[in-house]
Amino acid sequence: MSLKRLHVLFDDDDILLDAVKEIVKSKIYIHEVYTPFPVHGLDKAMKLKPTNISIATFIYGCIGFTVSILMINYIMIVDWPQDIGGKPSFSYIENMPSFVPIMFELTVFFAAHLMVITFYLRSKLWPFKEAENPDPSTTDDKFLIDMDSGSNLSKTKSMLKKMGAISIKEVKE
Amino acid sequence: MSSHYEAPIRKPLVLGDKSYGDISNDIARPIETPPNTDWWIAFSIAMAAFLWGLGCMAYTLGTGIGSWGLNKTVGWAWDITNFVWWVGIGHAGTLISAVLLLFRQKWRMGINRSAEAMTIFSVIQAGLFPIIHMGRPWLAYWMFPIPNQFGSLWVNFNSPLLWDIFAISTYLTVSLVFWWTGLLPDFAMIRDRAVKPWRKKIYGLISFGWSGRAKDWQRFEEVSLVLAGLATPLVLSVHTIVSFDFATSVIPGWHTTIFPPYFVAGAIFSGFAMVQTLLIIMRKVSRLESYITIQHIEMMNIVIMITGTIVGCAYITELFIAWYSGVEYEQYAFLNRATGPYWWAYFLMMSCNVVSPQIMWVKKIRTNIIWSFVISIVVNVGMWFERFVIIVTSLHRDYLPSSWTMFSPTFIDIGIFIGTIGFFFVLFLLYARSFPVVAQAEIKTILKSSGENYKKLRDK
Repeated sequence: MSLKRLHVLFDDDDILLDAVKEIVKSKIYIHEVYTPFPVHGLDKAMKLKPTNISIATFIYGCIGFTVSILMINYIMIVDWPQDIGGKPSFSYIENMPSFVPIMFELTVFFAAHLMVITFYLRSKLWPFKEAENPDPSTTDDKFLIDMDSGSNLSKTKSMLKKMGAISIKEVKE
Repeated sequence: MSSHYEAPIRKPLVLGDKSYGDISNDIARPIETPPNTDWWIAFSIAMAAFLWGLGCMAYTLGTGIGSWGLNKTVGWAWDITNFVWWVGIGHAGTLISAVLLLFRQKWRMGINRSAEAMTIFSVIQAGLFPIIHMGRPWLAYWMFPIPNQFGSLWVNFNSPLLWDIFAISTYLTVSLVFWWTGLLPDFAMIRDRAVKPWRKKIYGLISFGWSGRAKDWQRFEEVSLVLAGLATPLVLSVHTIVSFDFATSVIPGWHTTIFPPYFVAGAIFSGFAMVQTLLIIMRKVSRLESYITIQHIEMMNIVIMITGTIVGCAYITELFIAWYSGVEYEQYAFLNRATGPYWWAYFLMMSCNVVSPQIMWVKKIRTNIIWSFVISIVVNVGMWFERFVIIVTSLHRDYLPSSWTMFSPTFIDIGIFIGTIGFFFVLFLLYARSFPVVAQAEIKTILKSSGENYKKLRDK
């Protein structure tokens, strides 16, 4: 018997979470879970790796910090040093205190925007992108597990029914 | 159920017998039903004010800044007052969505969306003023450090005015992506329930194809948390830098080290007051009383009261330090501020900002909608006068008595200000009919812990 793909709908987040744990325990592959809101603990139950996006953000912030220093150093010290308000611009370090606000702002600017761009690209979010949730109710109040049927389809089905699935749909791959 | 436990002492944040589906219906309703006559009346008034303001802006650009009430002594007055006022109002949104997120305050979820919208719309109004004051707004790009054909002519990174440009543009763009990222799941909800094809298309376009995969949510939560962490120092830095516009100068009355914390507290104060004004109307019109409850209003009133007290403390500290410093110029600036020709503005500022919020100590008053609404307006008037007092009274008595003068706005000045209020309400009214005004995906996460029906179920 060949493997089939199942779309299983649930109407409660707690039931969904228990079901996911059960399915993982019985070693059936879960392709994806679609939920209308973040269900806490779902990523752990599905054994998803933690996201690295905050590490990336730290690096982006460092890039912003470096860019701001290089830019201000070139503009204020190298290209055209001036004596502004008795604060001569002949070395970066002596002038640094009045550059702190912009160094800070650019750090935040780079970190925030590059993080959001990374998130959008990694999660495939952009204008004109078609939504991929198989059932429109999963943005409203339903929860969907996209999973393999396992070796014994009827056994899997009865297990899912027992766990509280409200509908089970067989789909072609 | 046990994983959704919340201490019974906490009052419910979602009232009524709501299910996940009910939340979607309630939030989608204002978008899916046509606006009523009241909305059209409000929109027409706002639009008329906006057009009037546009006319005054066009007149200013055609004739020159001479059409304003500025003179050689008071070279900064009306427009910078409006600029600081609008930027201040723009502080509540990020404070609610970022700082309260870090503090794990769940009551933020009912109001954060609208507060962020208000932030973005008011920062847009703020940005208009310096751009108009340039006189040649088409050259506004000169503010950015871009290579140019004027030789090595660069912007001055020592200048607080340039700091301001970086601070405000970072704040506006970061607030915008924070807002939009939070909106994606809610736009997707509207998209997936849309019946009309054009609505499906538009919300499909702006929801960026959000599908709600488990991994997306994991990233979404991480991004929200890190953005909140970045936005918290950002929101504090923005009004700090706005205060530097004054504090780094040598004008008595401006040159004070208390300005940064004092301006930030004032910004939060006026921002919350504006959120209060808008949400008290919106919860009624859009029937969102289950999500924006009396408890939310009370919480905001407490923030208004606390920040009002901080602002009052700063006013008194300023007076004390002026006396204690022994600097006669400083002493005169403050004496003149309180008892000079602008005493009435100082009196308005003191009574609106320091005295009026103090009645919020009474629980009956801070849980009363009418009182809350009235005080929120009084606070906004007071905060406008605070900026006017700081700016104009410090300038109008120059070191040379021969150049002493008064400031009075022209109808162009007033027209531009009214125009920005109109523009703000045009944007907010459009937002209220086309955006999910409550972060419904977030509300759904707290329904089981803070929903009234679930709380009752647990108590049994």
